[in-house]
Amino acid sequence: MYNLVEHGIYTKEKPEEDQEKYKEFMARIEAGEKIEADDWMPDEYRQTLIKLISMHGISEIMGALPEKEWVPKAPTLKRKLGIMAKVQDEMGHGQLLLRVAEDLMAPYGKDRGDVMEDLLKGDLKFHNVFHMPTKTWADAGVIGWLVDGAAIISQTNMLDASYGPYQRALQRICAEEVFHAQHGEAIIMALAEGTEEQRKMLQDAVNRWWPALLMFFGPASAETTGSSKQEVTTKYRIRKSSNEELRQAFLDKYLPRVFALGLSVPDETVHYDKEQERWVYQQPDWNEFKNIINNKGPRSQERLRLREIAFKNNEWVREALAQPAIS
Amino acid sequence: MTAIETPEQAKQDRTYHEALVDLVYQFADDDFIISFRGSEWLGLAPHIEEDVAFSSITQNTMGHAFLFYQLLEELGEGDANSLAHDRRPSERKNAVYFEKKNGQGTYLEEPYYDWALTVVRQYLYETFKKVKLEAAAKSSYQPLAATAQKILMEQTYHLAHWKMWVTQLQHATQEAKVRIQSRVEEAWKEFGDALELGSKAIDMKKLGLLCGEDELKQKWLQEVEQHVASVPTTPLEKCLGNGRAGEHTEDLKQAINTLSEVYQSDREAVW
Repeated sequence: MYNLVEHGIYTKEKPEEDQEKYKEFMARIEAGEKIEADDWMPDEYRQTLIKLISMHGISEIMGALPEKEWVPKAPTLKRKLGIMAKVQDEMGHGQLLLRVAEDLMAPYGKDRGDVMEDLLKGDLKFHNVFHMPTKTWADAGVIGWLVDGAAIISQTNMLDASYGPYQRALQRICAEEVFHAQHGEAIIMALAEGTEEQRKMLQDAVNRWWPALLMFFGPASAETTGSSKQEVTTKYRIRKSSNEELRQAFLDKYLPRVFALGLSVPDETVHYDKEQERWVYQQPDWNEFKNIINNKGPRSQERLRLREIAFKNNEWVREALAQPAIS
Repeated sequence: MTAIETPEQAKQDRTYHEALVDLVYQFADDDFIISFRGSEWLGLAPHIEEDVAFSSITQNTMGHAFLFYQLLEELGEGDANSLAHDRRPSERKNAVYFEKKNGQGTYLEEPYYDWALTVVRQYLYETFKKVKLEAAAKSSYQPLAATAQKILMEQTYHLAHWKMWVTQLQHATQEAKVRIQSRVEEAWKEFGDALELGSKAIDMKKLGLLCGEDELKQKWLQEVEQHVASVPTTPLEKCLGNGRAGEHTEDLKQAINTLSEVYQSDREAVW
């Protein structure tokens, strides 16, 4: 059996009979075949997927909360409609992903209730960006434009993932995320072309979100934070590029756009090094990153509190729904 | 009643124009405030599937409000965005029950929202909306009739959704039954103005804009009696005030302050 040890280091104590199956499994994924929910898979693969997909799913759901702060406040009817549709999509992604995770968890007798409880206990992490505060309407724009932009890059990296149900969910999610990024960009454009105050508001939002955006893709290697699952996910053909490659792709795509709008980022050293063919930037505070994902970020507890209230306050509804259905 | 095809035609008869505008404000403001209350629930619904469904309904409903505000814009009432964001409570025509807060706390902090209130309110509201839209679909004002027909195509699914919830919870645990019933009884004291058409009700009927209040109320009650297990025998009241006459509660102020916060920060800016 594969035993999951904290931070993606695994011990291999496979019983002999699994060796053959394991080889066969690796041959399948290396040949580009997709693994389905009922197929045999190594425990390490299953557990890696459960962690990855439940974190992804719960991040979509927790990710609705910072943006949701601006849904009722959106400044025009069209913006209200746009942001409502966008956040609704995010909840939909969360639902889609949790369904995928639930199938993987079934052999362990676990379901969505456990995912929610793990989240509230702090055992299941959600993405670092969703622990951050939002201060102005410009944050709603930056989330759509840059956070969703970053999400597209990191999810595109898994569009060919070896696990079929996840790969198919990602196809759909990425297609919708493109609209989200456009929605964010539309908000940004209005602010960038707007009044002095609006431009200030936008620059302030970019400044505040910058470190979280650099952290988005995770540390370059396990040495930074003592934790990284990228080796395992690469081995199993779940992802292709490394964290740093993704971050570079993000900088490649978005920094020229940021500068073209007359905006800056809070890093005077940032520049493209032609010889190295990469962006050179100031590292964010990776200790802060560790704190954030351990629910010690600026808004971690408040966001978890919202989920906790929703969970407990609606307990009577779940009990009522457990009764046989009435048509 | 002859059909009125365009806003310009409607504006030629002052009585007609005034009654029409009043009616469209009711539609627009009802949808707008209900959608606002729905948007506060986002991320807090009893389960994820419901969050997806409810936010979809809320979004559609905001779309309906938008259509009605656009009708008003065409009728010379001003820009749709300012109609939605920049009218004082006393100018708003929504029924008071729809502006009531979802429960204790705010959507940002300690939201102890009550799902029973929401299920009962959404069900009573969607039932009422269906009846009123069906009447509007026959309105002498053609743009209103066309809008009502269009909305009814989506609204059917909204009503089906809340009908399912109200049925399900009334036949579930004792706690659910009690919670639903107490919210039904509360609604009976507060829903009264929703079924009224305001000071221009007689003109509305006479000019073929809509049916009369009695017919509206009777049809609504018939529908509700089919799905609510125990309909109160007391008459409907309007203990919170009469929104059709511009009487509102503090809850509407809270709603307007929130929904127009960014808009009000710079009314001239392009957002």
